Amino acid sequence: MSIATRFKTLRDMPTEDYLAPGNTLCAGCGGILAVRIFHKALGANVAWVNAAGCLTVTMTYPLSPLKSNWLYTAFASAPAGAQGIRDALDILMAKGRLPKSEDLKVVVVSGDGAAYDIGLQSTAGAIDRRLDFYYLCYDNEAYGNTGFQMSSSTPYGSSTKTTPVTPAFPLGNTVAKKNLFEVWRAMKAPYVATLSNSHGVDFLRKVEKGTTMKGPKLYIDFAACPTGWGFDSRDSIEIEKSAVQTGVWPLKEAVDGVVRHTFVPRSLTPVREYLKTQERFRHLFEPAEKTEAINTIQASINSYWEKVASDEGAQVRLAEA
Amino acid sequence: MKGQLLTGNAAAASAARLARVDYVPAYPITPQTEIIETIADWVREGTMDSKFVQLESEHSMVTAAGSASLAGARVFTATSSQGLLYAMEMLYNVAGWRAPMVMVNVSRGLAAPIVLEPDHNDILAARDSGFLQFHSETCQEVADLVLLAYRVAEDRRVMLPALVNLDGFYLSFTREPVVLPDQETVDRFLPPYEPLNPLRATAPVARGSSVMEGHIYSYFRYNVHAAAGRAREVFSEAANEFEELFGRAYGPVEGYMLDDAEYVLVISNSFTSLGRQAVKRMRERGVPAGLLKLRMVRPFPSEEIATMLRGRKVVGVFDQNLAPGSGGIFYPEVAASLYHLKGRPNAILPVVGGLGGKQITGKEMAAVFEEMIAIDREGKTPSPMFLMRDDELARVKKAVAVAEGES
Repeated sequence: MSIATRFKTLRDMPTEDYLAPGNTLCAGCGGILAVRIFHKALGANVAWVNAAGCLTVTMTYPLSPLKSNWLYTAFASAPAGAQGIRDALDILMAKGRLPKSEDLKVVVVSGDGAAYDIGLQSTAGAIDRRLDFYYLCYDNEAYGNTGFQMSSSTPYGSSTKTTPVTPAFPLGNTVAKKNLFEVWRAMKAPYVATLSNSHGVDFLRKVEKGTTMKGPKLYIDFAACPTGWGFDSRDSIEIEKSAVQTGVWPLKEAVDGVVRHTFVPRSLTPVREYLKTQERFRHLFEPAEKTEAINTIQASINSYWEKVASDEGAQVRLAEA
Repeated sequence: MKGQLLTGNAAAASAARLARVDYVPAYPITPQTEIIETIADWVREGTMDSKFVQLESEHSMVTAAGSASLAGARVFTATSSQGLLYAMEMLYNVAGWRAPMVMVNVSRGLAAPIVLEPDHNDILAARDSGFLQFHSETCQEVADLVLLAYRVAEDRRVMLPALVNLDGFYLSFTREPVVLPDQETVDRFLPPYEPLNPLRATAPVARGSSVMEGHIYSYFRYNVHAAAGRAREVFSEAANEFEELFGRAYGPVEGYMLDDAEYVLVISNSFTSLGRQAVKRMRERGVPAGLLKLRMVRPFPSEEIATMLRGRKVVGVFDQNLAPGSGGIFYPEVAASLYHLKGRPNAILPVVGGLGGKQITGKEMAAVFEEMIAIDREGKTPSPMFLMRDDELARVKKAVAVAEGES
């Protein structure tokens, strides 16, 4: 499906900022950048509904970097918070007690801990009820705000504070990353998309597309995390770009369940180039390279893109580990 | 008595409709379910102008209830027992948000073991949440307290959520005559809800912001406490107006045969009626017995308790709940209300009974009063009473024997 878009190049990135400069998050945080871009695409009239995570502490009384509405709910139930706000606004407008000009776009914003783990039940409920809302998950692949513990979004081979690398456990986390995109798609959400802050036009267009649809619109943003992943904060965008180029983070969308990749790397960069940039994967290379594990990761990426190539008739040159 | 025969659950639903609630997020649980089924019927028939949404858990239900209240809707919901505990995290949040929603709790004992009939461990688990609490003895009180709860909760001096409690089975499924007020008079009593700083496009707000410093956190928590304290006065004002309009008087507590009473039982909820009967029987035997019913539980009516129990010989506190390792939950709150009182009662007897809906007979109530008399006459230190009759104990022993495989 293609729609007329106002976002052709990065120059079309709206200049309005709804997030004041200066907040309490780490330099190079992919999460807050995602909020900033998302907000630009949605415009001013937003109610952000937050689940516990890094963003929660940006809104510390008496300050707020946001020029829009904010409600912190709890770890597990931000989508239900969105339900209450959406329903209340609809009721008040229907009863003539609130002018339409006061309407808000209701956006849940959470990290992967809430989206993949503790809040999945509440999200499922909101999707079942066809709630007209947006979900922006900034996915940094672990519980970042508590200091980087494993979540079900943590990829195979990542060390975290609860999957530390030891002689008996040389790979750190050995469970594959949960496929939340497919979980959400299976629940028949009308729109599901992945985002990367490194691909701003793709990002803006997907949010724009969401605004044309009713119902649950769900986004997973690949949010580079300098403190958790272990890299210099100036490299955030480069690392996100590398995740896309290596095929680690596919940019895609599902409209009414039909999946389409919005960016297909013609030739996958070997995943080791991505893994090498981050402390959390350092044990895969030091003291000795764990070639088998790196091959396992590369094989899983290759098999994913082989299927994409065959499903969508695309040309993808796979990488060797 | 005039009125129609209504269950406690129907009375709760009827009051919610009379309060013109905008929004009812719901989740089923026994013995509350009839409330949300009734409302679902009315909304779908078009006889109640509200939006009804079934959530996927009580935790989400209370989240949606609170956030809708912050966005400007008058919100009603109901739960019981495990549901209230499942939502507990959000009770504290909603109170901190200062969202004046009203929730009915239909009391039911807590698992394990799982049980259906009432005691008050569920509702009293919410005692520190910041929700106001009003407890009902009759189905009439259920309806009236729901209306009063909105009036108090939404008052700008209060702005706190409220719980109205009724006992499962004993009220929820029991038909009693209930006089439902007419809509016009209710509208006079309960004006439309005016939210404070709602989420709006033209005037954005940040709600539920984090606080990283203890002094600011303390400030907000003290504010909740102060607002709950103001609810005492606001309740009295509202109750006065309620009496003028509807002819039924409600205080934070209610005395029964207290004038010259020397032995007074403090009790709450539906078993209050059993207490009243016991007082009557004791009076017939020439014992100066009396009763004090707790209706407003949060804020706790310490002053009223002190005023009404001054000079009594012995007070018994009937706790239909149990805090293992401590005893009844009301007991220390009543004792604290009396400690600094000149002319305080000589002794306070802790009584625990009615857990999981265990029936309390007249004989058990009489035993409680007899114990109070014995404490007074013999100068004994009260030791806690845990009510269980011999015939019940025999049945327990039989069940245990079956469970252990004895024939």
